[in-house]
Amino acid sequence: MNRDHILAYALPALVAVAVVLGWEWAVAAFEVQPFVLPAPSAIVAAGIENWSSLMASAWITIRTTLAAFAIALTLGVALAVIFSQSRMIERAFLPYAVTLQVTPIVAIAPLVAIWVGLDNGETAVLVLAVIVAFFPILANTTLGLRSADRQLHELFDLYRATRWQRLVRLQFPAALPYLLAGMKIAGGLALIGTVVAELSAGTGTSTGLAWRISEGTNRLQMAKVFAALALLSAIGIAIYALLSWIERQALKRWHESARPRE
Amino acid sequence: MLLAFDHVTKRFPSGVEALHDVSFAIQDGDFVSLVGPSGCGKSTALRLIAGLTEPTAGALKWNGKPPALGFVFQDPALMPWTTVEANVRLPLDLAGLDAATARTRVDEALGLVGLSAFANAYPRELSGGMKMRVSLARALAAKPSILLMDEPFAALDELTRERLNDELRELWATQKLTIVFVTHSIYESVYLSSRILVMSPRPGRVVADIAMDEPRRRDPEFRISPLYGERCRAVRAALQTDDAR
Ligand SMILES: Nc1ncnc2c1ncn2[C@@H]1O[C@H](COP(=O)(O)OP(=O)(O)OP(=O)(O)O)[C@@H](O)[C@H]1O
Ligand SMILES: [Mg+2]
Repeated sequence: MNRDHILAYALPALVAVAVVLGWEWAVAAFEVQPFVLPAPSAIVAAGIENWSSLMASAWITIRTTLAAFAIALTLGVALAVIFSQSRMIERAFLPYAVTLQVTPIVAIAPLVAIWVGLDNGETAVLVLAVIVAFFPILANTTLGLRSADRQLHELFDLYRATRWQRLVRLQFPAALPYLLAGMKIAGGLALIGTVVAELSAGTGTSTGLAWRISEGTNRLQMAKVFAALALLSAIGIAIYALLSWIERQALKRWHESARPRE
Repeated sequence: MLLAFDHVTKRFPSGVEALHDVSFAIQDGDFVSLVGPSGCGKSTALRLIAGLTEPTAGALKWNGKPPALGFVFQDPALMPWTTVEANVRLPLDLAGLDAATARTRVDEALGLVGLSAFANAYPRELSGGMKMRVSLARALAAKPSILLMDEPFAALDELTRERLNDELRELWATQKLTIVFVTHSIYESVYLSSRILVMSPRPGRVVADIAMDEPRRRDPEFRISPLYGERCRAVRAALQTDDAR
């Protein structure tokens, strides 16, 4: 590890320590009410006290997020491939994909909850999270499949490549950097989608972290709310870090974005 | 006759006329060089032969059905995401050749361009000239009967260029191969070709068709022979008469 590397971790860590200490001090010094802002120590205590219920909820949220991400990835790539094969189909269906994307998810939530059945809270949440996460995959992959070098396309023409050969050997590899960038966005959106959907459609049958948060808020148990928030952030960071790592591994041999600077 | 341009005109949708009423024939086994100023339609002529674009007027006439083509583009056009070896193997993979045959062909082709040691390198790890040689190896691996080459050696140093010139001549002399070769270098065209077509500035027309004597006998001595000097002068003169107009 070189100096740059150490600083990249040390500096944010230092900021975190400073903020936590200042926060702890400020809450005590100004006698802030715990239902307004609990001290960090109280949050940790609440986290330990509610460990098993928080973990159970975190697991539900993680499971839904990952499932939503996987479905969004499959759907998005499949649809992008279909679009890349036929401009007609793209013209016909892209507007609806966009409409689904730009309609605020909170507004569709009650509808979806009713359609999948009010006692299927988790399914409703999953459907909504997929809707949120799927668009960046579709948009990026569609763009990527179309962005292969023109000269390489001509090479494939010259050797009379089949559609399938062109797709697999030319368009997919060319789309990979775009797809991976889309996956990073979609990973975050899957989590956001899951949380928003839990808040607006989870009718008590879905007890993920978002539900713990709204439950804690209703009972003014702010320390518990903050503990759940911290867990959500940790999940988000982990997803992002994992996807970034995958991106780097996949691209480091050839793509400019992953090129080490000399 | 293998192929004839019959009053071919190519106009792009932008309105640019790249070729104007061009007629010439290529014989089986020719080594034809196209020389002419930048932008006169040389690349366009190659693309027409390869069927990558269609003439606006006139027609390309093949004697029989178009044979297997190899194309060395003006840019190397390599797939950045895979190795040199896989790039060279691409035409063979697309044709569904079995792995063992493909393997030998790729090794052969890489040996020919002097890049055997770089089989597992990625394109970004190569210099411009090396990329061009990979592109040449890829065209050769498919064993085409017509090889179209668009300024393939422009980015190479003098010595490598001369070595590859000799390799190419050797290849042409020993294999049943027709070559259409675009170059800016008068010397290169004279050294390599059996025929030189000189083109005018845009819109391109063929202004001179210079046949070379005894084209199959060449060695480095040829570069200092009187015939070589005389031919270079002829090509230069043909290029210049047209400049003056
Ligand atoms: N796809 C295209 N669309 C519009 N114009 C084009 C296209 N391709 C080529 N041209 C034009 O046609 C003319 C001939 O182009 P071409 O590439 O054949 O020239 P060239 O003789 O190969 O030049 P150079 O020696 O610089 O490579 C140029 O003026 C160019 O701008
Ligand atoms: Mg050109």
